[in-house]
Amino acid sequence: MKKLMSGNEAIARGAYEAGVTVAAAYPGTPSTEILEHMVDYKENIYSEWAPNEKVACEVAIGASIAGSRSLAAMKHVGVNVAADPIFTYAYLGVNGGFVLVTADDPSMHSSQNEQDNRYYAKFAKMALIEPSDSQEAKDFLKEAYKISEEFDIPVLYRVTTRVCHSKSIVELGEREEVGFKPYTRRLDKFVATPANAKIAHGVLEKKLKALEAYANTSPLNLAEYNENTNIGIVTASVAYQYAKEVFGDKASYLKLGFTYPLPMDMIRDFASKFDTVYVIEELEPFMEEQMKAAGIKCIGKELIPNMYELNPDIVAKALLGINTESKTVDTNVVARPPVLCAGCPHRGFFYTMSKKKNTVIAGDIGCYTLGAMQPLEAMDSVICMGAGISAAMGMAKSFEVTGRDTKVFGVVGDSTFFHSGITGAIDVVYNKGKMIPVVLDNSITGMTGHQENPGTGKTLMGEDTIALDPVDVLKAIGYKTVAVVDPCNLKAMNDTVEEAMQATEPYAIVTKRPCVLIKGLAPFKTKCEVVSDKCKKCKMCLKVGCPAISFKNGVSYIEQSMCVGCDVCMQVCKFDAIVKVGEQ
Amino acid sequence: MKVTKNILLVGVGGQGIILVSKMLTAGLMKAGYDVKMSEVHGMAQRGGSVTTQVRFGEKVYSSIIGKGQADILVSFEKMEAARWIEYLKPEGTVVVNRYEIPSMPIATGKAEYPQNVLEALEKEFKTVTLDAGQAAIEVGNIRTQNIVLFGALVKALNLNEIDWIEILRENLPSKMVDINIKAFQKGLEL
Ligand SMILES: Cc1ncc(C[n+]2csc(CCOP(=O)(O)OP(=O)(O)O)c2C)c(N)n1
Ligand code: SF4
Ligand code: SF4
Ligand code: SF4
Repeated sequence: MKKLMSGNEAIARGAYEAGVTVAAAYPGTPSTEILEHMVDYKENIYSEWAPNEKVACEVAIGASIAGSRSLAAMKHVGVNVAADPIFTYAYLGVNGGFVLVTADDPSMHSSQNEQDNRYYAKFAKMALIEPSDSQEAKDFLKEAYKISEEFDIPVLYRVTTRVCHSKSIVELGEREEVGFKPYTRRLDKFVATPANAKIAHGVLEKKLKALEAYANTSPLNLAEYNENTNIGIVTASVAYQYAKEVFGDKASYLKLGFTYPLPMDMIRDFASKFDTVYVIEELEPFMEEQMKAAGIKCIGKELIPNMYELNPDIVAKALLGINTESKTVDTNVVARPPVLCAGCPHRGFFYTMSKKKNTVIAGDIGCYTLGAMQPLEAMDSVICMGAGISAAMGMAKSFEVTGRDTKVFGVVGDSTFFHSGITGAIDVVYNKGKMIPVVLDNSITGMTGHQENPGTGKTLMGEDTIALDPVDVLKAIGYKTVAVVDPCNLKAMNDTVEEAMQATEPYAIVTKRPCVLIKGLAPFKTKCEVVSDKCKKCKMCLKVGCPAISFKNGVSYIEQSMCVGCDVCMQVCKFDAIVKVGEQ
Repeated sequence: MKVTKNILLVGVGGQGIILVSKMLTAGLMKAGYDVKMSEVHGMAQRGGSVTTQVRFGEKVYSSIIGKGQADILVSFEKMEAARWIEYLKPEGTVVVNRYEIPSMPIATGKAEYPQNVLEALEKEFKTVTLDAGQAAIEVGNIRTQNIVLFGALVKALNLNEIDWIEILRENLPSKMVDINIKAFQKGLEL
């Protein structure tokens, strides 16, 4: 059967066909839909949202030790969080096959950097596989499990945004029932003491040699020769598709699906047949560097940018000097930056903070990062998940040492709190930090498209479960006062912030109100409307940054199709020009 | 068809672009084409700029295109057409909905919604403008705007050999099918 599938859907399908039984992940664009689709196979595969990537990775590693074929999936920066176990698991080797899917995001469509995670394969000494479309995303995964088990090694499965989120036609296959590997206690294999690790490292180096030999004959690496060509192109992943688009049958290709260890003999043989050899790869010169170190003459990053994603246009321009003709039009296009949704519960907190002088707000990653955008602009830093609290701790300590009396707030969402905010909060209590942790609890992992998390009371597979409350957690780790406040009530929000700034004992704030986009939830019963005659044009309501509010014909106007009636704007209007309408 | 055709759909999050591209690709696949589609999503919030690219032909490699390569640009919002116009072939067609959605700098008075978008497009490109919002209201549900545009896209691309009504039936909840068929037909007429 043929089906149009995204790369992520195809990876889930590949896991099913490969006989995987355990899968774990933490959401992150562009990887999220892999586990969302894994649930389609819940008869055969246990899958879970872990609180963070390290946990996801360790769950999958545990399942592999126990004898299952297992999978962990995450976005590229998630692998940084999960790096500790994978370096050691590469030493130990697997029992059931283990695959770690890394979804990289060249061009940072929705990420804070564009790191090239292929280097993790080389760094941690794992096998590396790179599919270039949905069919390969499914099929290569099956091969990945064979390789993992045959060579006793974890496999890093690297995809990119355009593989994950592009749809193409996939021929489906049957599930292979591989069963479970028998489990017995093996102290020498799975206990990473220094003595065992010393031996394991030597063994791992031998495995890599054997893998390189395999790579030269792997069905994932294919040479495509076209007649009368004097250009040879070495390429992998989605860059292959761009190369084919540009060069067609005017070049020959060495398309690599198994990219670490590189099949160097195969590459050398291929390269020797051409006057010009191009290496076309997205981001860093991962293959090119190794080829040049092996003495193979080739052209790559001299011409092709090592930043941002490629497309056929960029490749054609870089290598053939072809400029596709294009035209613009003469009008002033205004930017359309992402904004907090109309009625977003985060708005009340950031609006309140935008009025506070002499405060610093360490932010974090989630929808609430948009609190940094105009007109709210109530944020000082965003680094990585968890840093909202711990970086604020460092700022507060620095201000303390240097005698500056600025109040520091550290802001995280509920999912981010469970991910890695908790450890920062413990540090603050333990080391007597004078900063105020704020958990913006909207009862969901919003930014990545509304996934369950340890606070929501539901699992990925749809079962009811315990709902952890950040309030209880903060109290348990030592916060004397944990103020709970509805962020859409501006007076209460302001009072809480003021009280927090006066507090001398550990004080934390948890705002509670669900995201307005949670399915089936209708949080407000009425909408708001501007009474044009009463509007004094003071523009105060525009300062809350709600996309439903704009100025039309000289007065404030609320677009009824967008307003959800949170009434934050109404609380801001000093002239009672905004009123509630509809059912009370 | 030997040559690959490129379609670029643009608009604002929440306008139903992804659904249209899903049905478009489903129809093209049924007709026997090789199809690739790429969408950029990942931000949950409503209101950002959204694009999807659909490519079809005998054999399609890349799922994305560069500047100057789209045969047709369908814009669900007026200003978005101008934002993405560079991706259209100089001889390509732009189908633009007259619907305006102010972005945040416009809403807060930092910038003004450009007044001359349609004239500017018409000066450089073959431009088809329509009021999908009005058409959707006439059909009886403003939320069928995207399906009106779907009809207009099918017309502009001359993709008549495909049974689109069946595709609508397969992809929409049964109680929404009839009104959407009307919207689609309205789009074919505009
Ligand atoms: C290490 C890492 N993992 C995953 C992500 C992707 N990501 C960005 S924000 C976010 C979730 C934020 O959820 P929450 O903290 O609840 O805030 P909300 O978006 O709901 O406001 C995730 C998973 C990331 N940026 N970094
Ligand atoms: S998705 Fe939810 S949390 Fe995110 S901006 Fe919209 S309302 Fe706020
Ligand atoms: S805050 Fe009130 S008076 Fe001022 S512009 Fe807005 S609606 Fe008009
Ligand atoms: S009540 Fe005001 S702030 Fe809330 S969604 Fe409506 S317009 Fe926006």
